[in-house]
Amino acid sequence: MTDPAASAFSTPDALKRLKRRRAADVRFRLYGMGAIFLALGALVLLAMSIGAQAVSAATYHVVRYDITLDPAVITPPGEETPEEIARNVDGFWELLRDNLLATFPEANKDRAARMEVSEFVTRLAVLPTAKRVASQPQLLGNAITLKAPLNDDLDLYLKGQAFAERRVGTGAISGVLPQDDGSAQIEGQGAFAPIKTAMMTLEADGINLSEASVLLTSGSSTGRLHDIQSDSASIELLTGTLEAFQGSSATARIIALPEAQRVISDQQIAWTLALKDMDRISRVPRWSLLTNSDSTYPELAGGLAALVGSLFTMLVTALVAIPIGILAAVYLEEFAPKNRLTDFIEVNINNLAAVPSIVFGLLGAAVYINFLGMPRSAPLVGGLVLALMTFPVVIIAARAALKAVPPSVRSGALAIGASQMQTVFHHVVPLAAPGIFTGAILGMARALGETAPLLLIGMVAFVGDVPTSPTDESTVMPVLIYTWSNNAERAWEPMTSAMIVILLAVLLLMNGLVVFLRRKYERRW
Amino acid sequence: MDTDHRPQTDGAVVAPDADAPPAAPPRIDCRDIRVFYGATQAIHNVSMSFPDRAVTALIGPSGCGKSTFLRCLNRMNDTIENCRVEGQILMDGQDINDHSIDAVLLRSRVGMVFQKPNPFPKSIYDNIAYGPRIHGLASGREDLDAIVEKSLRRAGLWEEVKDRLQAPGTSLSGGQQQRLCIARAIAVRPEVILMDEPCSALDPVATARIEELIDELRKRYCIVIVTHSMQQAARVSQRTAFFHLGNLIEMGETEQIFTNPREKRTEDYITGRYG
Ligand SMILES: Nc1ncnc2c1ncn2[C@@H]1O[C@H](COP(=O)(O)OP(=O)(O)OP(=O)(O)O)[C@@H](O)[C@H]1O
Ligand SMILES: [Mg+2]
Repeated sequence: MTDPAASAFSTPDALKRLKRRRAADVRFRLYGMGAIFLALGALVLLAMSIGAQAVSAATYHVVRYDITLDPAVITPPGEETPEEIARNVDGFWELLRDNLLATFPEANKDRAARMEVSEFVTRLAVLPTAKRVASQPQLLGNAITLKAPLNDDLDLYLKGQAFAERRVGTGAISGVLPQDDGSAQIEGQGAFAPIKTAMMTLEADGINLSEASVLLTSGSSTGRLHDIQSDSASIELLTGTLEAFQGSSATARIIALPEAQRVISDQQIAWTLALKDMDRISRVPRWSLLTNSDSTYPELAGGLAALVGSLFTMLVTALVAIPIGILAAVYLEEFAPKNRLTDFIEVNINNLAAVPSIVFGLLGAAVYINFLGMPRSAPLVGGLVLALMTFPVVIIAARAALKAVPPSVRSGALAIGASQMQTVFHHVVPLAAPGIFTGAILGMARALGETAPLLLIGMVAFVGDVPTSPTDESTVMPVLIYTWSNNAERAWEPMTSAMIVILLAVLLLMNGLVVFLRRKYERRW
Repeated sequence: MDTDHRPQTDGAVVAPDADAPPAAPPRIDCRDIRVFYGATQAIHNVSMSFPDRAVTALIGPSGCGKSTFLRCLNRMNDTIENCRVEGQILMDGQDINDHSIDAVLLRSRVGMVFQKPNPFPKSIYDNIAYGPRIHGLASGREDLDAIVEKSLRRAGLWEEVKDRLQAPGTSLSGGQQQRLCIARAIAVRPEVILMDEPCSALDPVATARIEELIDELRKRYCIVIVTHSMQQAARVSQRTAFFHLGNLIEMGETEQIFTNPREKRTEDYITGRYG
């Protein structure tokens, strides 16, 4: 007897069908993998572009100052109370500037030079020190060491992100001959040939060096080179001493970008290099990103106020949206009769979830601020606006979770005489809890990243103080990112990325919480 | 002393292991029951009564309304959207559909066991203890422990689970789960137990255990069981009712129904000539 199955397996028709089916199978798998690779690629690209920028903002350069807290400057007559000390930012700042002027005597030569050295440290950078001294008056008259952030442009320069610079070592310098005009002739057999070679290569690459600066550094002395020949060059000293070059092999920096087009001058670079050589500049983690509030100076700016603002906003959102969302979902799913009215409500909840967030912002501005007279720019209003946006999401997720609870659980409870309320709250809701939490947290995560509606209720205002209550003026992280990304200065770019990373970290934390809650609740049974 | 009966309304003293007389007075009396799902009628004018301390089997082809009728007896039909029940169901002379009767209280007196075992996703202990807790049947922790043990013993499950009362109810085998559900039902001290195909998801050994259990429970409760197995109906029940297309065709002593049915349709069905 021939096996009918065997023959059916091997008919040409069946084989053809089989082949087609397998091909379709393989194709589908390839599409799937392609989609996943695309998504992963986008993710990696995002992580790399933002991550690289953020890493550069994660650290910054600070300058060490050894100063004496001169009472004549810190507490001029009539301004001796701690409050006045804390407010005497100018006095402290003068101490730092004078310290730099003492370090670099050449900066005293004219007003322009004094201005240039002034830019090294932002006035507001001394605020923490001022507060410290105000609370510890015994420090007055004593020597203290403090560290203040370096100007953001010089910081970028030290990180190598300001402009292109080619560094080459020179040969040994054998002679330094001071000239009448204050410059000097330096010589050395073939000492400057490497510079000439490097410049030729750069020019061959199409870089215009007609207005380039060539800075020569030895130790903490730096000068600008002119008339570069293989064996000799003329040097215009910017800082330090000519003797430093005698017998040394110096480092030359070729900066193609003309000085007039840069935000930092050759002189400032020279001083920065000198401070670095004196070990007064160090690169440290920028904790101020998390501990400072917003500032107009990137080296002082941080996201603390926005972080706290986001926290308050989320608190309000959570307190409003989650209970309302869950109760509404439980009522609609478990108690409400199924009729036209509830159908209508269901459709409209779905519609509400699809409303663009900016509309909620307009609504919030009109209702909460103009009609109810709530404070502008406050997390209270922001949280309420975001709650409007979040609770439909919570309702939808919670209803899905409740629907997924098998009806047998309900009938089991009802059949032993549990009331509907007991059935729902003792059996159905606990089973749906992981799903409900997931929905709630994902809704909150969406609200945390929301910018548009908050702009409309004024949460975009510059906020220098950490809010202490939900009614204080405040901003939130995504809005801060938006504001920073609009700032023109180069230094804001990495700062913006760093802020994005912080926001993403908070979001990841929330998603981690979802996973944790799911695990915890699902492991129970 | 292991009786936990409520006082009987007729005042009869119940001997713990008294054999049920087949002709006990009716515990539940149904008159002219009609059930509608929306506009379609699923049960047509059914009148029948269920004696106390006896097992009544409901048999009939699939879709004839056995489950629907069973659900009338503890008003579980109330929980079904657009299901309407008409007619009178008297339990101890009181209409259970009367507005003065709370469905929740009724269900604590009329327990139900479902076709698919549906233990709560909680521990074995909590599965049993839940009912007594919400009805306030236990006066303390020890009392509750005693109720749990007694219920599990009655359901013949105690020996198998006594060492793992805190294990999830869903970790038991299908047959054990079904016995857990029976234990859960009797823990609230019902007077009537409804069973809707309690063995259809079980193997023959587990089925035999449940049948033994039913036979044991018959001594204390009024039991109504829906089954698709003629043998099971013949084995466990004292009275049998045959349903067809929403009508009660015939009702009588089980022996009479299986050996000498009055109706042709009944005979056709139990001899397997029907669909
Ligand atoms: N929830 C419901 N909504 C609408 N119609 C229903 C519903 N439940 C049952 N019915 C209908 O009522 C009739 C009786 O159903 P029921 O479940 O009582 O039958 P059954 O005798 O228990 O069948 P089975 O032996 O297959 O369990 C069937 O025609 C069924 O389609
Ligand atoms: Mg059924």
